[in-house]
This record gives sequence, C-alpha cells and structure tokens, in this order.
Amino acid sequence: MVQPIPVPEDSINATPALDVQGLSVEFPTRRGVLTAIDDVSMQIAPGEILGVVGESGAGKSITGLAVLGLLEHPGRIAQGAIHVGGRRVDTLSEAELTKVRGREMGAIFQDPLTALNPLFTVGKQLVETIRLHTPLSKAQAEQRALELLRSVGIPAPEERLRQYPHQFSGGMRQRVVIALALAAGPRLIIADEPTTALDVSIQAQITALLRKLCDETGVGIMLVTHDMGVIAETADRVCVMYSGRVVESGPVGDVIHNPQHPYTKGLMSAIPSLHDRVEVLSQIDGSMPRLNARPPGCAFHPRCPYAGPKCSAQKPSLQQVDTTSAACWLQQGGTE
Amino acid sequence: MSEVLEDTAPALTVNHVSKVFDVSAPWLNRVLERRPKLYVEAVSDISFTVEKGTCFSIVGESGCGKSTVARLVTGLYATTNGDIRFGTGAKGRPIKVQMIFQDPHSSLNPRWRVGDIIAEPIREMKLRDTEKETLERVRELLETVGLGADDALKYPHEFSGGQRQRISIARALASEPELLVCDEPTSALDVSVQAQILNLMRRLQDELGLTYLFISHDLSVVRHMSNHIAVMYLGRIVEQAPVEELFTNPKHPYSKLLLATIPDIENPKRRVEAQAGEPPSPLNPPSGCAFHPRCPMALPKCSQSAPELCSTSRHGKAACFVTQDMAVVEPVKAAG
Repeated sequence: MVQPIPVPEDSINATPALDVQGLSVEFPTRRGVLTAIDDVSMQIAPGEILGVVGESGAGKSITGLAVLGLLEHPGRIAQGAIHVGGRRVDTLSEAELTKVRGREMGAIFQDPLTALNPLFTVGKQLVETIRLHTPLSKAQAEQRALELLRSVGIPAPEERLRQYPHQFSGGMRQRVVIALALAAGPRLIIADEPTTALDVSIQAQITALLRKLCDETGVGIMLVTHDMGVIAETADRVCVMYSGRVVESGPVGDVIHNPQHPYTKGLMSAIPSLHDRVEVLSQIDGSMPRLNARPPGCAFHPRCPYAGPKCSAQKPSLQQVDTTSAACWLQQGGTE
Repeated sequence: MSEVLEDTAPALTVNHVSKVFDVSAPWLNRVLERRPKLYVEAVSDISFTVEKGTCFSIVGESGCGKSTVARLVTGLYATTNGDIRFGTGAKGRPIKVQMIFQDPHSSLNPRWRVGDIIAEPIREMKLRDTEKETLERVRELLETVGLGADDALKYPHEFSGGQRQRISIARALASEPELLVCDEPTSALDVSVQAQILNLMRRLQDELGLTYLFISHDLSVVRHMSNHIAVMYLGRIVEQAPVEELFTNPKHPYSKLLLATIPDIENPKRRVEAQAGEPPSPLNPPSGCAFHPRCPMALPKCSQSAPELCSTSRHGKAACFVTQDMAVVEPVKAAG
C-alpha cells in the first residue's frame, strides 16, 4: 500500500475532495455563445467514487476538464465555483494551477499511450512527477515510484521502471497512468473513460484497482464514462448528465434500479440485458440535441414520453425524490 | 471461392479457414539488421456454418481475429487456407453478401450526397433500369431504415452517428443482400442509439429474411441479437454454442472468464477480485492451448498440444482438454 503524503492543512475527512457549485462552461463562437455545461453541481467525499455518466456530447468530459483547468480555448467557465480539497481552483492563475494540478488532483485519460511520453522511461516520468510536487529526494522519489508501481499491480516493478511505455501492454500502461495520477498523493482523481480503450477482462482489473486505491488512500475519484455497467460495478454515487445538465444523481443502486428521470429510465431499459432476452429493446427515439439547438425548458422534453406543456416552458431543477435527486417536473408537481 | 450448394444448405459454410499476414520489417531493414520474416496467424483453422435466417455472432477481445473473419467472408481478404462457401439464394444464385462497418464516420464518403452513396451499388450492379427507378429505390431504402426521403440530398456530416449507421445499413441493403456481415455495428454509438439500431436490424431480419454474421465484443448486444455464438481467442474458436447454452452453461474457461468479467448492471460484481492476466500477443502465441497461461484449470498437456473443437452438447462445441475429460467422466457426451 502507498503511504499517503501528509497534507499540512485541515484534516482530509472534513472537506469534500471535490465541490462543484453551479458550474457553467461556455464556448463563444462566431455564431453565438454555446453553453456546454449549464449549472452543474456535484460533490465527492474523500474515498468516494462518483460516476458521471451520459452519452457523447452530454458534457461529462467537459466537466472533468473544467475541474482540472484544462478547458481548451475558447472554452471558459462562465459561472460557478470549483473547490478541490477545500481550495478554490477555478480562479487560480495558470502558474498556480500548474502547482495544484498533479499535486491536489490527478488525471487518468482514455488513451494511456498518448498520456505517457514515449521518449522517457516510466521510472523517469514517475520520479519527475513526484519530485515536482513533493520535497522528496531523488532516492526517496525512486523508492516511492517503486511502491506506486507495486500498488497498481505491475509485476516486477524494479525492471518495469527502466522500461519505455511502448514495452507495456494497454492494461499495464493504464496502470502506469494511474500510478502517475497518484504520484503526489492527490485528493481527487479525474478518470475520464479510463477503461474504454481496454478489453473487458482488463477493464475488470482496472476498475477493481481504482476501487482498491480509493479505499486505501482515501482519494476521491470522478469516474467519467458512458458505460452504465462500469458505473454499477465501481461507483458509489452517480450523476446522469444530459445535454450539459445533471438530470439525476444519487446512490448508484437506487439510480440503476429505481430511476426517477425519464431519461435515466429510458437509458437503463435500452441496455440489452445479460439475463433476459426481449424481442424488442425499448428505445429512446431521436438523439441528444446539439449545443446550438438545445430546446427551451427541459432539454429532454422532445424525446420524453411524459412531456407536458410545462416541460417546454420551464427548466426543472434537481430536487430530492426518495434517495435520489431528479430534475423533472413529473416529480415536482406535474408537467401541466 | 463461392460454390453453389443445395437449397437446404446453410447460408454460409466456413471450412478450416486460416489467414496469415506478413508483418515483416521492410526488405532493407531485414537485410541490414538480419531480421527474419515475421508472420502472424490472425485466424487459424476455423470452421462454422450459418443457417439461413439466423444470426451467428463471433465474440472476443481485440486482436482475436474476429474482424479478420468478417473480412474473409466478404472477400476483402483472401484466405490463406481453407474455403468459404455460400448457400443458394434467390433465383438459384449464390447468396449475396454485404457488410456494415463499425465506424459510420469513416465508412461514408463525406463528399457524396447520401442519395448517391445509397444509389452507388444499385447503379454499379445495374439493379434498376432507369435513373427514376433508382431514385425511387433510394427513397424506399431511406424509409425502410427510418430516415426521410428528403435526406437523400444531404451530406453525411449533417447526420448524427446513429443516423449515419442507418445510412450504412441502407447502402448495404441497396444491393438486396441475403447475408449481412456486421462488424461491430453499434460499438461507436451511444446506448440509446444502439437500441434503435439493434431494433432496426432485428426488424429488417424479420421483414427481409436476412441472415446475419454479427461481430462484436459486447456480450449483452450479442445475446440480444444472435441464435448461435462463437467465442474466439487468439485466432481460434474456443467455444461455439446456441446463445442460451453459452450464457447459462459456458464450457470453455475463457468463455467463463468473459462472462465473469463483463460489467453486469443487474447484479454488479463489486469487490470481486478480477482475474489477472492479459491476452498474449498473436505474434508470439503460447504453445498448446493459447489460453493456458491464464487458465485456472490448466493441465500439463494444455501447454503441449492444442485441443480440438469437440462436441460438448447437441449443438455446443468447445476446444478444451478439461471440459473434454469431464465429458468423458460424466457420460453426458451426446451425439452431435
């Protein structure tokens, strides 16, 4: 197990690993301002895995990038506040952000090959990251790199440290990326589709590893994925996103087995089952609106079987229903 | 390659087919660095039959050779060994085959209007006499796949991923095929759109009496679509069985591993230790049974000789010494 690097400030458990309040992300274009993320809030406690699920274009990756301060030009945070481990990060300058990124928050991306530098050994990349963010000496950093590789389940770590990324298989490379993300003992890891490029049997190994690291080091993980199965097996809580908004959030079991929002319901029943065979899958007709053509009111209403006049007029906000929260007029006094 | 068989014969018979690719370094490098020629057997000695009007699926992880099989069947690759026979289709001619590709973004020509993309096979194969009839047929095809007649004048970029896959299907149907080879047709799509495409494919199968050869890595999709499944590992079919049998009672340890590791939404397997190991490189396959280094039940003889595909039930076959030995101990070995 990797020793967490002591955090000098307030105790870890008191503050959430991530606190996003009312985040909006805009992309100004020649044809007007596109709102990619619209008033999104979420919290991740230390040692918790929050799954962020949605279809492509729902804004789940943009949310992760906004937290990391990696929004590409001309994207900008229009509103809201992001706190990582109690510290506000969205107002930091690029220089300050560079110090926080890697130290307080790590990132795991989909393609492990592009996340690693092919010209340096894995050991060099790990040691560099560790020394950049911690006061450890070179020898200590090498020792920690070894521990990190061992903790992410790479066999024969002493030899592997001297190898280059191309000598690793896809699953092993993703383990190296996870080790890099953990290098400075962050409080938060943004994992953006960490298993999408991997085969199922490797995917199971990586999700099990994320769970284990989360329990052992108390790091909070934001797991961004389109795969409900991965969420069901890995996350503690889940946020379902649709067209830049959170439509439902809650404990993973409740959202999956008792979804409140019609979109979540449709999404869950559209997934072919492993146990029963049905003649016709239930489907959600149409597709997610493009950013420049988001309908007024609830963005899902043109595809929603229960939509009423209120849905196209007013935007619903997230309200607690039982154990989960849903942004739907159905649970909030009807759609009339 | 395509010999005509009698009418009751299966739509497709694949007999001991192998495909070897030359992956040697360029000639000059071989001479200067004295490197030998390098071959990889992507598909080795596989046999299966697809009955008319059914859906036969091939599943496996990346690199197992399933896409190569699809390309061999459609004649995009020439076989190294073995033969592929098509049954008799309409008017006593051999069955017509078409293919649907995975990525609807790269399989449609961006400079052509959708109408021309769909009309191309009709024009090339002179299936209609006049241009007016061709356009009439294009309109009909667009409506069959759930698009509008006026979509014929648009370009592919104006459509979403799911709509583009509908265009691919319409193009495949244009030449009136009887066997459709579908190589991961929904892997690039979101779940809600995937359900639409799967439903469309099932409907077309009923309406047009199509036979599918379905290639996928997604077991839940395969379960929904197919009658018969073949599991491939490193170029070989390791198990072949009717869909219910494979899902309820997998015989080969690799099929068991696959079923155990796919994320299950209904019964999430949390906190279960994932099985270690990764698929070996096809360039350097293990001796004997290719799965033996990862197999929990491997016997000494597994590393020495490769097991043949033997009947395990009426319609099921598996290539595993352990299951075959068990079948001898318990005399359930039915004639097959």
